[in-house]
Amino acid sequence: MNRHLISAADLSAGEAVAILDTAEELARLAERPIPKLPTLRGRTVVNLFYEDSTRTRISFEAAAKRLSADVINFSAKGSSVAKGESLKDTALTLQAMGADAVVIRHSASGAPHRLAEWVKGSVVNAGDGTHEHPTQALLDAFTMRRRLGKLDGLRVAIVGDILHSRVARSNVWLLRTLGAEVTLVAPPTLLPVAVDTWPCLVSYDFSAVLPACDVVMMLRVQHERMTQAFFPSVREYSRRYGLDSDRIALLPPHAIVMHPGPMNRGVEIAADVADSPRSTIVEQVTNGVAVRMAVLYLLLGGSTGSDQAAARAVEAAERVGAAL
Amino acid sequence: MSGPGGNGDVGAATGWLIRGVRPLGGEPADIVIEGSLITEVAKAGQPGLAEGRELAVCEADGLIALPGLVDLHTHLREPGREDAETVASGTAAAALGGYTVVHAMANTEPVADTAGVVEQVWRLGREAGHCDVQPVGAVTAGLDGRQLAELGAMADSAASVRVFSDDGRCVSDATLMRRALEYVKAFDGVIAQHAQEPRLTEGAQLNEGEISARLGLTGWPAVAEEAIIARDCLLAAHVGSALHVCHVSTAGSVEIIRWAKSKGWQVTAEVTPHHLLLTDDLAAGYDPIYKVNPPLRTAADVAALREGLADGTIDCVATDHAPHPSESKESEWSIASFGMTGLETALRVVHEAMVNTGLLDWSGVADRMSVRPAAIGRLSRASGHGGQVATGSQANLVLYDPAQISTVDPATHASRSRNTPFAGMKLPGRVIATFLRGRPTVLDGRLVR
Repeated sequence: MNRHLISAADLSAGEAVAILDTAEELARLAERPIPKLPTLRGRTVVNLFYEDSTRTRISFEAAAKRLSADVINFSAKGSSVAKGESLKDTALTLQAMGADAVVIRHSASGAPHRLAEWVKGSVVNAGDGTHEHPTQALLDAFTMRRRLGKLDGLRVAIVGDILHSRVARSNVWLLRTLGAEVTLVAPPTLLPVAVDTWPCLVSYDFSAVLPACDVVMMLRVQHERMTQAFFPSVREYSRRYGLDSDRIALLPPHAIVMHPGPMNRGVEIAADVADSPRSTIVEQVTNGVAVRMAVLYLLLGGSTGSDQAAARAVEAAERVGAAL
Repeated sequence: MSGPGGNGDVGAATGWLIRGVRPLGGEPADIVIEGSLITEVAKAGQPGLAEGRELAVCEADGLIALPGLVDLHTHLREPGREDAETVASGTAAAALGGYTVVHAMANTEPVADTAGVVEQVWRLGREAGHCDVQPVGAVTAGLDGRQLAELGAMADSAASVRVFSDDGRCVSDATLMRRALEYVKAFDGVIAQHAQEPRLTEGAQLNEGEISARLGLTGWPAVAEEAIIARDCLLAAHVGSALHVCHVSTAGSVEIIRWAKSKGWQVTAEVTPHHLLLTDDLAAGYDPIYKVNPPLRTAADVAALREGLADGTIDCVATDHAPHPSESKESEWSIASFGMTGLETALRVVHEAMVNTGLLDWSGVADRMSVRPAAIGRLSRASGHGGQVATGSQANLVLYDPAQISTVDPATHASRSRNTPFAGMKLPGRVIATFLRGRPTVLDGRLVR
């Protein structure tokens, strides 16, 4: 695996599957009385968050702590960033403190690429602007595989604001790598101009796509889009691109409904759909920790990084747990 | 070349004998410069040339002589941003790039929107002495797009401003643009437009297309440039005025300008060296060294720009030399400054993009980098800019070695800034000497102090 995880598009199928398999092994840990591995003891993971994202930060923090890493949370708010320190100077500071990995969330696309030039440790992209959010795509793939048993040949619809979505970008490339067939569904105003060059299909007609879906992934509509003439009104958006109980009825019985959160209930997803048994929204959160553990484990765990090694580590922890 | 030839003492010399140089890439010739003038151009090696005169000798075997280059679009940053560039450092860079005059853009702090500021910049240029500085005046007061600046006062000032531009910003208000075009007719002025429809480019970072979509950077669509150019051509035709289009960057813009010229309208256009060589896929690593406005476009746009420059649709090459301190580029892409330096690499880039591709010969390069920009800039005949390499012309010359090839190293540049996108690239050619009205500003590739 590369030293960094910046783009889901950089992952080969083998690397992606290794992360998912490792995550499966590490997920077993959560069922133990002491859900913790000593693997990253003495290593330092910095969560460098320039954007508020409590759920993603907590997920990475939990993942690092379950691997016994020391975690430093560096929030842009209330730090020297607010006083205008540059990303480069912050990077050099973190480097001087000996960060083994920096998990970065930033409103600027490409900020992790820049950071990787200035720190020696691993860089993990926790969402950069409207570019990518690779661990979200990995946890989505993990959730699909768990629910539906496979990824190859799965038909996945990603619905909503594709233009501004880092989740969509990461998912399009990762799912393609893993053999799924992606259809993007959005009003034309919320699709990039060159979307025809992406490895996926595009539709403007949500209802027509649903009968052939194994997975429907709904994206959040940001409030600022609602005032920028991307669509006439929230009500019209919801009618044409929202997932309500009428549309749910068009899905095959086995199909699942996903959402990266946070949701706008009543806008892109109806409350009863979000809470239905098809919904994997809560599982996605749980799976996020296991997947982020796997990423940190493989990036920082050294040469033994593989799902077999993770399995051995979990078994060892189980024996210790039993002995206690 | 061997510099001041033999044991020649430049101090005692009354002029220069340039031996074996090829004017516009043609047959080798010997050129005599006396005072500020070229007094003789003769077939190389003829005995008796300049006999009895105390001339410093410049051995120029294999070099090409071009008229001194004219830049219509330079940001010298002074007054206000002397950390990025000064008139002295920027004109030094210009001389090293083969330029004998640069047009200094108006977006300084304070803005060059009064006679006082343009005269200050003009005077700083004269004091530095590396090349002439012809200030460009702002079209609107403070570049804010609301009210015309005192264009007449700038025209009547010692700086004799003829080119007006809000460059960096577009004069997007159609009525204001019409008025500006009309008003400057009174003193043979030209409005140089930065064509960028503001609403279509809010937050724009990179050419809108496959690369911007993939990178998640807000797109800068070609139509935002083309729509303004089309509108301005129609306005210029309507009021019978002269429009110059800055830094044309798209294939569609070339088409529109070709159409406007076919109508006989007074429309001229420039293209930057970087738009002739670089494409938007360079942004893939998010290094803002490639961030520029208008943005780098696609290979198809580059091909159309080269073709447009070759057939004369695009009149000239202008650098849009835009120096920035390193901290403005060592950042996230979206907060980095737009702009690239260009004075010290322009001729080499044009050599690579236009000459080595067979699209222009050296006389074509002289036309696009000296003759035509001097005409668009309304530079006086007395200044000698954009003249011929011929007897009786002002001795504004650049001697260029087309056989050299080297890697661009920004550390060697005279500009105060290092934001060149060509760093590390191998480019052909080297400027060996520059003469400004008979006086060398560069010899042996080094600045003459």
